[in-house]
Amino acid sequence: MLYVATIFLPLIGAVAVGLLGRWTGDRGAQLITCGLMVLSGLFSLVIFREVALDGNARTIELFTWIHSGEFEVSWALKFDTLTAVMVFVVSVVSALIHIYSIGYMAKDPSIPRFFSYLNLFTFFMLILVTANNLIQLFFGWEGVGLCSYLLIGFWYDRASANTAALKAFVVNRIGDFGFALGILAVFYLFSSVAFETIFTAAPAQAGTTFEFLGLEVHALTLICLLLLIGAMGKSAQLGLHVWLPDAMEGPTPVSALIHAATMVTAGVFMVVRLSPLFELAPSVLAAAAIIGALTAFITATIALVQNDIKRVIAYSTCSQLGYMFFAVGVSAYGAAIFHLMTHAFFKSLLFLGSGSVIHAMSGERDMRQMGGIWRRIPLTYVAMCVGSLSLIGIPFFAGYYSKDIILESAWEAHGFAGNFAYILGVVVAFLTAFYSYRMLFMTFHGDSRAGEKVMAHVHESPKVMTVPLIILSVGAIFSGYLGYDLFVGDGGEGFWRASILALPSHDALADTHYASWYIKITPYIQITPLVMAMLGILLAFITYSKFPGLADSAAERFPRLHAFLYNKWYFDEVYDRLFVRPTLVLARGLWKSGDGRLIDGIGPDGIAASVLRVGRRAAALQSGYVYHYAFAMIIGVVGFISWHLYGSMG
Amino acid sequence: MVTHLPILSLITFLPVLGALFIFTIRGDEEMVVRNSRQLALWTSLVTFIISVVLILLFDPDTAGFQFVETKQWISGLGIQYYMGVDGISVWFVLLSTFLTPLCVLASWASIRSHVKEYMIAFLVLETMMVGMFCALDFVLFYLFFEGVMIPMFLIIGVWGGPRRIYAAFKFFLYTLAGSVLMLIAVLTLYVVVGKTDIPALMQARIDPSLQYWLWLAFFASFAVKVPMWPVHTWLPDAHVEAPTAGSVILAGVLLKMGAYGFLRFSLPMLPEASLFFQPLIFTLSAVAIIYTSLVALAQEDMKKLIAYSSVAHMGFVTIGIFTVNLQGIEGALFQMLSHGIISSALFLCVGVLYDRIHSRDIASYGGLVHRMPAYALVFMVFTLGALGLPGTSGFIGEFLSLLAAYQVNRLLAVLASTGMVLGAVYMLWLYRRVMLGLLEKEELKSILDLNRREVAVFAPLVVLVLWMGIYPEYFLGFMHASAENLVDKFKIAHALNLAAAAP
Repeated sequence: MLYVATIFLPLIGAVAVGLLGRWTGDRGAQLITCGLMVLSGLFSLVIFREVALDGNARTIELFTWIHSGEFEVSWALKFDTLTAVMVFVVSVVSALIHIYSIGYMAKDPSIPRFFSYLNLFTFFMLILVTANNLIQLFFGWEGVGLCSYLLIGFWYDRASANTAALKAFVVNRIGDFGFALGILAVFYLFSSVAFETIFTAAPAQAGTTFEFLGLEVHALTLICLLLLIGAMGKSAQLGLHVWLPDAMEGPTPVSALIHAATMVTAGVFMVVRLSPLFELAPSVLAAAAIIGALTAFITATIALVQNDIKRVIAYSTCSQLGYMFFAVGVSAYGAAIFHLMTHAFFKSLLFLGSGSVIHAMSGERDMRQMGGIWRRIPLTYVAMCVGSLSLIGIPFFAGYYSKDIILESAWEAHGFAGNFAYILGVVVAFLTAFYSYRMLFMTFHGDSRAGEKVMAHVHESPKVMTVPLIILSVGAIFSGYLGYDLFVGDGGEGFWRASILALPSHDALADTHYASWYIKITPYIQITPLVMAMLGILLAFITYSKFPGLADSAAERFPRLHAFLYNKWYFDEVYDRLFVRPTLVLARGLWKSGDGRLIDGIGPDGIAASVLRVGRRAAALQSGYVYHYAFAMIIGVVGFISWHLYGSMG
Repeated sequence: MVTHLPILSLITFLPVLGALFIFTIRGDEEMVVRNSRQLALWTSLVTFIISVVLILLFDPDTAGFQFVETKQWISGLGIQYYMGVDGISVWFVLLSTFLTPLCVLASWASIRSHVKEYMIAFLVLETMMVGMFCALDFVLFYLFFEGVMIPMFLIIGVWGGPRRIYAAFKFFLYTLAGSVLMLIAVLTLYVVVGKTDIPALMQARIDPSLQYWLWLAFFASFAVKVPMWPVHTWLPDAHVEAPTAGSVILAGVLLKMGAYGFLRFSLPMLPEASLFFQPLIFTLSAVAIIYTSLVALAQEDMKKLIAYSSVAHMGFVTIGIFTVNLQGIEGALFQMLSHGIISSALFLCVGVLYDRIHSRDIASYGGLVHRMPAYALVFMVFTLGALGLPGTSGFIGEFLSLLAAYQVNRLLAVLASTGMVLGAVYMLWLYRRVMLGLLEKEELKSILDLNRREVAVFAPLVVLVLWMGIYPEYFLGFMHASAENLVDKFKIAHALNLAAAAP
């Protein structure tokens, strides 16, 4: 009951506030949604304890959803360790962000709508992580996509917000196109979409091939590749990442909850959940590792030069998701989820912190208009520092543990993909440190570049916003140390149990422990990321603190490179030329030439034209009473039938 | 049989009875208008209630026809008055009786001229629709099938927009061509088999070489009704010119007649030909999905956009039917029901705006969410249904059809799945242009949100879209037995033919 309540309380809140918001008022709406969410968060602790720590995995069947022949799907809630971790992260972070939003959105005119969407989102996310079959996963998947759409476009007066929302949904749909085809292929191969059944049957299908678009392909490789496309869309991986930075048009708590802590990690979660399938498709895993590494690198380079504080963090999110992806790619599933959790804490901390900054700066988001405000908002400043240090991976902060274990696993995985991921991962550690320092410096230090009016108004946020910051800071500091042994330590297998599977042949994560690490992993490998991070900070310190103006002159020295990075490697422009415009031209062409000239021209219009002439004359003759005749006809037919009926009866 | 009451005849002819009463209404103008509205509403409501009784009495475990009524009609020719429903047709009876009262309500304020005749037309239309889904004799079926066209033709031609004559004739021409061929096919069947009763014809084995010709004749009629690409161009024009309620019935029920025909006649009576022409159907359907989705993207008129999206959605139906496996048939049936609800609802949504502003141009709207929050919510639900979001009815049918398609042909599934992406683009873009943004246009600044009557129209539709999305098993449960029967028979027929062909 408690398990079901954890999942459905947010739905109740969403529906109640969504429909009755006018009666509850703002205060009532906040009370209901936040109350239910906090309750759900507390319950999730119980679930975490019972399921993850005590090992009582269970599945709660609700009722049949779709049934058609062999195709059977139920609504069910599956709780195992993986789910319990996710439920914990989602509910707790969501509850904190709900509370924060009370302060952040205090002056918004449509508070009930906002909280209703937030609740609804949390519900879909919880359904996603508790799914016991692919279709329910897909339901949650599309549901969170919908809420993301609604919340990005929350301020629907802004054209840019509406465009961003539409873009987010459509790009996600392109990923989902792959996901859906993957599900179809799974059903074709296994005659089922339930996880249990698929996982049990998967090893037997390891060698199966089937025909796809005229090619004979390895079945599981194809399936995993299609599913990976879905994961890439949701987790904003290279090629399908373009929607995430634009999604920053939404209110900041939304960015923290959906576009940092939870929804965007759904892709990683999906691959981990389906690890028994992906393990049998090593080439797809390698592809995931390479894609993840490239994403981490490319988006980190973009983050170096952005001026919008939220965009920096957004690209940082893409980059960190890249880390999780290549962790998954080297079968270090535990490490991926570990980083997912620590990232949820420190990244939502960074977003909420930036929200607090924006709040203080009267809505300003451009870091060029900030600076020199750290004394005025010390608490926010400390929170942002904690988040950044964790993100950079300074020892004993949460991010240090999770990022290090990912890089170690990548190294340990050997092979091209592993090495490639390791090397890029180390470079990214350097870039991460640089842009984080740059962000902190531009925002808080140096001379103030804001107008006097804004500066006079700078103030620390209310308690309802700072308390969540403090709690998240605690998470961003300690969750790594506390979780290390459970998630990726020696006890990992006993913790995860059956919820994830890494074949012994490429269990890079386990290799980091079992092969007495100081022999296999040379200290250099372990220490390199940290050194690189330090170098990154150093370089940023020199370019921004020591010699201010160096950065600008560097940008002037290399205008092309700067423009290339600043314009995000021109992804949007290329897509616009390659896909968007041709589609619109084609659409118009098909309509005007295809339907208009070709089909109608040859077919009905030619004939109709002549008929019409006759028709007009006839209609004029009857002066509009044609329908009376028709009615008489129908009545006649009906009478005829009845007459025959009665006749035959008589 | 559970009941001896001729419940199907009751549902079929009650509306006509109501129409007769309306016909006799006399008095001053205002009185006539008011009474005919009331009478039409109550007649259609009672009809709906009786059809709910029908579904409650319906035995979902029986594959065959239920509530059968037979009477000798034209005894010399062996033509009977023969009615009955099975799991394939029963929901369409309900769909028709469900949409008619909503149509009457939706026309409450918007139809001002010839109200009496309008209501009569709608009730007669209902009789024809229900009769068509219940008829088990080919002659009877043909009468209803063509009979539907007459009131529809009038509704477009009399109460339609400025280009109504053009649209009505285009509509009529397309369907007429098909009808003639179908009539020939029916006569041929009668000559060959010597019967017109449909269950008997399903048992008859028809020579494959003849099957091809018959199939093509039926195809000519059904493809126009579905409509399949490239004979779809009448639909956008008909929709644009039709009054709102006319569009609702057109999209909700009339488009289902073609697909119903495929399921009822083509598959069971002409299995060989159906298999032979399967690639043709698949090709046309895939083209329909991609082509019309793209065309929908370019539309500037709301009704046209939804009309084109209908063609795309019906593409999933024809794919599902001709995969001839259980998921395909059930998916197609479900998609038809779902589309009947969603596209009807979308046309009603357009009607709400048209009643207020008298424009269907997307460009003349924008930012309506400011003034119309309730409407925005309702419109959003149907938009999501149309783009097939899981949890709405749109997902179930589309997904089952795709599931079936994948079993038969991978390329087909890939092509059809692109409809998922394109559907999201044109629907959300429509929503964005109409509902979101700043409310800048002067004439929109005093627009009113949904009134009570409109809420009453939309509420059941919203409930259905979600109900069918979250617990579709209730609806699918009625289809299982009949759909399974259809698939089994098809396979047996095919196997027999293979055996016969072998030396």
